Amino acid sequence: MSSDTAFAAARGARGLAPFLRSQMRNIAPFLTLIFLSAFFAFASPSFATLDNLGNILTQVSVTGVIAVGLTFVILCAEIDLSIASIANVTGIAVAYFTLQESYVNIANIPLPGAVAIVLSILLCAALGLVNALGLTVIGIPSFIMTLAMMQIAAGISALLVRGQIAYKVPGLITTLGSGSIGGIPWIVIVAALMLLGGHLVLTYTRFGRYVYMVGGNREAAEYAGLNVKLILGSVMVISAVCSGIGGMLGVAHFGSAQQNEFDTYLLDSIAAVVVGGTSLFGGRGGIGNTIVGLFVLGVLNNGLDHVNIDSFLKILIRGLILLAALIINVYAQRLREEAAE
Amino acid sequence: MREVRPPILELQGITKSFGGVEALRGVDFALSAGEIHGLVGENGAGKSTLMKIIAGVHSEFSGRFLVDGQETHFRSARDAHAAGIAMVHQELSVAPDLTVAENVFLGNQPTNALGLVQWRRMAREAGEQLSRFGIDVDPMTRLGDLPIGLQQLIEIARVLFSGARIVILDEPTSALSPPEVERLFATLRRLREQGTAIVFISHFIEDILRVSDTVTVFRNGRKVAETASSATSKGALIEAMIGRGGEALEHSYSDDLMLPEPSASPVVLKVDQLSLARSLKDISFEARAGEVLGVYGFMGCGQQELSRILFGKLKPDSGTLLVGGTPKIFASTAAARRAGVALVPESRRDMLFHQEPVYKNISISILDRISALLLRPAQEREIARRQVEQLQIRPPVVGLDLGMLSGGNQQKVALAKWLTYPPKLLVLCEPTRGMDVGAKNDVINIVRDLRARGLAILVLSTEPETVLSLADRILVLKRGAVVREFRNEPVSKDRLLEAA
Repeated sequence: MSSDTAFAAARGARGLAPFLRSQMRNIAPFLTLIFLSAFFAFASPSFATLDNLGNILTQVSVTGVIAVGLTFVILCAEIDLSIASIANVTGIAVAYFTLQESYVNIANIPLPGAVAIVLSILLCAALGLVNALGLTVIGIPSFIMTLAMMQIAAGISALLVRGQIAYKVPGLITTLGSGSIGGIPWIVIVAALMLLGGHLVLTYTRFGRYVYMVGGNREAAEYAGLNVKLILGSVMVISAVCSGIGGMLGVAHFGSAQQNEFDTYLLDSIAAVVVGGTSLFGGRGGIGNTIVGLFVLGVLNNGLDHVNIDSFLKILIRGLILLAALIINVYAQRLREEAAE
Repeated sequence: MREVRPPILELQGITKSFGGVEALRGVDFALSAGEIHGLVGENGAGKSTLMKIIAGVHSEFSGRFLVDGQETHFRSARDAHAAGIAMVHQELSVAPDLTVAENVFLGNQPTNALGLVQWRRMAREAGEQLSRFGIDVDPMTRLGDLPIGLQQLIEIARVLFSGARIVILDEPTSALSPPEVERLFATLRRLREQGTAIVFISHFIEDILRVSDTVTVFRNGRKVAETASSATSKGALIEAMIGRGGEALEHSYSDDLMLPEPSASPVVLKVDQLSLARSLKDISFEARAGEVLGVYGFMGCGQQELSRILFGKLKPDSGTLLVGGTPKIFASTAAARRAGVALVPESRRDMLFHQEPVYKNISISILDRISALLLRPAQEREIARRQVEQLQIRPPVVGLDLGMLSGGNQQKVALAKWLTYPPKLLVLCEPTRGMDVGAKNDVINIVRDLRARGLAILVLSTEPETVLSLADRILVLKRGAVVREFRNEPVSKDRLLEAA
């Protein structure tokens, strides 16, 4: 008997029910997505159209780019609360390094587009590196470290724009953020490519395996002689760079760069990763889950606009859906642990 | 000669099993007021299980349980507490971030009519209690700032002064310095005069003989002897603990075993004057290629700290390691692995990924050798399959989640991950703990095979059998210091116990 058929036999012997229970974190978000889509399709004739699918994809793109990096962080059982602020400051920085129209009252430093983009990416990478050093060298829990970084990045943003609004960004960013090719918005393509890239790294590279192992059991990873601090530091930098790219694209997409522009993206990105089923305790989940989570969030946000509902109630509904997802997330972990015993 | 008082606690025919394994078999035990009762036995002999039944931690068992002649059944530790029974567990359980006074009054701080804590009164009373115990500390110090021994004394003091009539102390002296042990004994004697009944569990038989009135010996879940301390000796107790005759299935190691001539092969590890706070004192030794060096000692003797320092998980206060040439202290486990050191710690929970398949558990430490950037799962599985076959891991399915394997097979996986590219120095902590005889023999054979391949192997254990079955040379650690080395001479279980 080859080991793979033995594996199948062993799994078969355990029965289907335990297998389904162990897969609950992947199944539940998918069912949620189908249920929500069916509900909105039934409730509103304008929801289930190709045009609207395009809308949803565009609406989740910036969140998607930011969520790629956050998936790495949450897989390591850490958190990054500075993603939205870093997105914001990077978007502002790329505008700061671009020549603005004369009516924009910002004492900025115009540089060639490519230089502006490189400098902005270096900025977000540097902020991520500060997060990484705080977490691994000093030993500040990521929750607190990135909370401080959230404020620091917001502070840099404030100093750069001083309450003003900038509009111009380098041509490449403008195209990727707001252009389209063959009817498909570039921003959707970029988000799809980044999600794909994240998936490939997590699934097929040694680094990706280390991320899962560190998240699955940090103590064991250390006893296996892995450089746990290097891996944790790397995911913080990856998260910051993804946020920065999301920020630059977002600024081009919105057509302006200003303070507090990305505030809602913190919650949305975390929600996308967690609703998708990536474990808050680390080691389980991945980009596939994040994509499902993005769609759940996108369908929910978009669908609520299509049905006749008190717009103030929408916020509450989103909160309740997030809570339900968190309960499933924690519960799925417990079921899986029971199945493993 | 003291008067004979009726027992305040009496247990008759206690049997307790864990998942089909009998931990206690028909044990009778009685305790009188004003008595210090010593308990000895090897690891797993049933001492702690019995005490946990008395303290209400285990509520499922069969047999009669009488307190003051009344049949009782505790459902929880809280019930036992209400009946005046308190226990100090082996592991320190204090709140290091609270003050000394708060720890002394943990769970029953003095409060005023409004329910607010009376800090001044609490500090004063805590100070008074502790000074009666010979402990002179400011009650408002943070407990965690005190040395471990003092913390342990304060925990013991809390239980002793809680007003309990029956106090159980499980290995209370393992972290204490000799003067601290004296203070503890003086207090125990004073409490005995006041009528408290005390159970004292220890591996240090000299301590038991000095302080207790009666000694009970456990072996394999049975009570094998109960005698007045004045009527016995260390040798007689050790003999009763180990048991002559073939009661156990395994080799009992009660007879002398001849250690071989020390190896002359190159030195792989040289440890020089390693010290760590209260755990290790000036440890120096060498380990050579193709040699198994056993390190034996009781729980808390510093083995665990030593193994962690060798693998870069813990940094010593002073001293150096020499692994293949340059003296260094490893800054991280990754650095230790690169230098050719491998560690299999005692806890399988800590060292394995239970929710990942077997092959990922095996390949984790060698991924950087088989893949630069991209993973090569087929090769990983092939490597794992070879190890699974060689070590006879059951079931032989590399895709199965590790958590579904039995403990012994998990232990083999933990070994397997170091074997494809063997390290220079392999450190094994409790390599056979909790295994059945078959799995134990498998592990022993694997270790011998690795020795033949020229690895230097360090086996650290609190079980004499483990060390005796594997080692070519044995160091005995006691309270953080090397007290004896056995080499090229006869050694047996009693000789080891005698030395420790």
